[in-house]
Amino acid sequence: MNVLYALLVLGVMGAVFGLILAIASKVFAVQTDERLEPITQALPGANCGGCGYTGCAAYAQAIIDGKAEIGLCAAGGNEASHIIADIMGVESAEMERTVALVRCRGYDRQFKGPYDGLQDCVAASKVAGRGPISCKFGCLGFGNCVKACKFGAIDIKDGVAFVDREKCKGCMACAAACPRGLIVPVPYKNEMYVSCASVAAPKISAKVCQNGCIACRKCEKICPVGAVSIQNNLAVIDYTKCESCGLCATVCPRHIIRDVLDHETVEQFKAKLARATELHKREQAMAKAKAAAEQENKN
Amino acid sequence: MNLTSLLSISLGAVLVNNFILVQFLGICPFMGVSKKMDTSIGMGVAVIFVMGLASAATWAINEYLLIPLQLEYMQTVAFILVIASLVQLVEMFLQKMIPALYQALGIYLPLITTNCAVLGVALLNVQNDYSFIESVVHGVMGGVGFLVAICLFASVRERVEDCECPKSFEGFPIALISAGLLALAFMGFSGLKVF
Repeated sequence: MNVLYALLVLGVMGAVFGLILAIASKVFAVQTDERLEPITQALPGANCGGCGYTGCAAYAQAIIDGKAEIGLCAAGGNEASHIIADIMGVESAEMERTVALVRCRGYDRQFKGPYDGLQDCVAASKVAGRGPISCKFGCLGFGNCVKACKFGAIDIKDGVAFVDREKCKGCMACAAACPRGLIVPVPYKNEMYVSCASVAAPKISAKVCQNGCIACRKCEKICPVGAVSIQNNLAVIDYTKCESCGLCATVCPRHIIRDVLDHETVEQFKAKLARATELHKREQAMAKAKAAAEQENKN
Repeated sequence: MNLTSLLSISLGAVLVNNFILVQFLGICPFMGVSKKMDTSIGMGVAVIFVMGLASAATWAINEYLLIPLQLEYMQTVAFILVIASLVQLVEMFLQKMIPALYQALGIYLPLITTNCAVLGVALLNVQNDYSFIESVVHGVMGGVGFLVAICLFASVRERVEDCECPKSFEGFPIALISAGLLALAFMGFSGLKVF
């Protein structure tokens, strides 16, 4: 008899709760937009946060609510924005592909002293005297950007972060992770870039790093379209004007203006740098000899 | 029932008999969602909410259904049924009526439907012969104890994450060890007697 009771009570309880839940699901049904699902599907689903929303689903919701533009997803690129534009029934604008760029090639950067702290860029950048390395602006190399990248496009090469342009989707999650603000978006089609972010006085830049911009203005003078300029002790390329001719890279005495296709190793780079320095010295010596010869002629 | 007994129940639930670190109930979310401070706070708040509600609902079921029908031996099964459907109901209700809270609790609410800490609080209420108010206080304070434990643990884990530790201990093993040490520390409360 008792068993029957137990069966009955639990059965009835289960049935009642089931009924209540069934009714509740009707009463409390939340209207979701039917476009939400396909738009979320069209997005890459990496939840990188590059669009400024917490994830792909949140961005899809923002598009439906009319709060966000369609072309904000850098990772999905044109493909995603076309699909979403189709779903939303609007024209999509072509967007230019941008990739992340680390503005530092300071291979020979020096540690001021032994650093035993956390292996983390933010922690290291908080150390007294603006971080443990000699350059206040340079890459610390602990790889916060590597951890931030959802696409595995960044590596630490020879102590400095390096972005693989082919893998990079331009979400700029790495830029947010970099305490030094070294990572900036650049147009994919452009081939020249400045691999330094030091705005220190030229003398200091020259002292702390072999690959620092010394604001010599050679690049500014040679650029045929006026795209390169020195701003705040640092060469800056205006990508709206730059035609990727590469002249600036050939004259740069510190080899910091580079070609993106130039995947040289540190050794190659150092050899190139040594050649340039040698050339520079020879030029100077020749100028001196010439001046001395002229002096003698006068005498 | 008076204020002192409520106070000692609360103190007991938060510190002396902390659900996680002393009674070892609800370890799954404790290990699972304690990687970051903000998620663990979300989890803790959800647990407070559900444990309070579950205490109230199971007390009523026990008092008005199981005891009159002499079905006390069915407590565990009945309580699981009640808690699971209650949480489902609350989730639907929140999604419709208070979307902000629903967003905040997020996925944690369904995660704790069958959490053993929640079932544990319901069974402990019965074992200790708590009145309705005492049960609810025990439930809410048990949740607060959960929040305290998971927040402490999350802050420990956040720090451990950035430290160098032997390769074989990286990740989960070191987390288990730190959980053990935290539980040891909480044993210090076992002699605590205020009243």
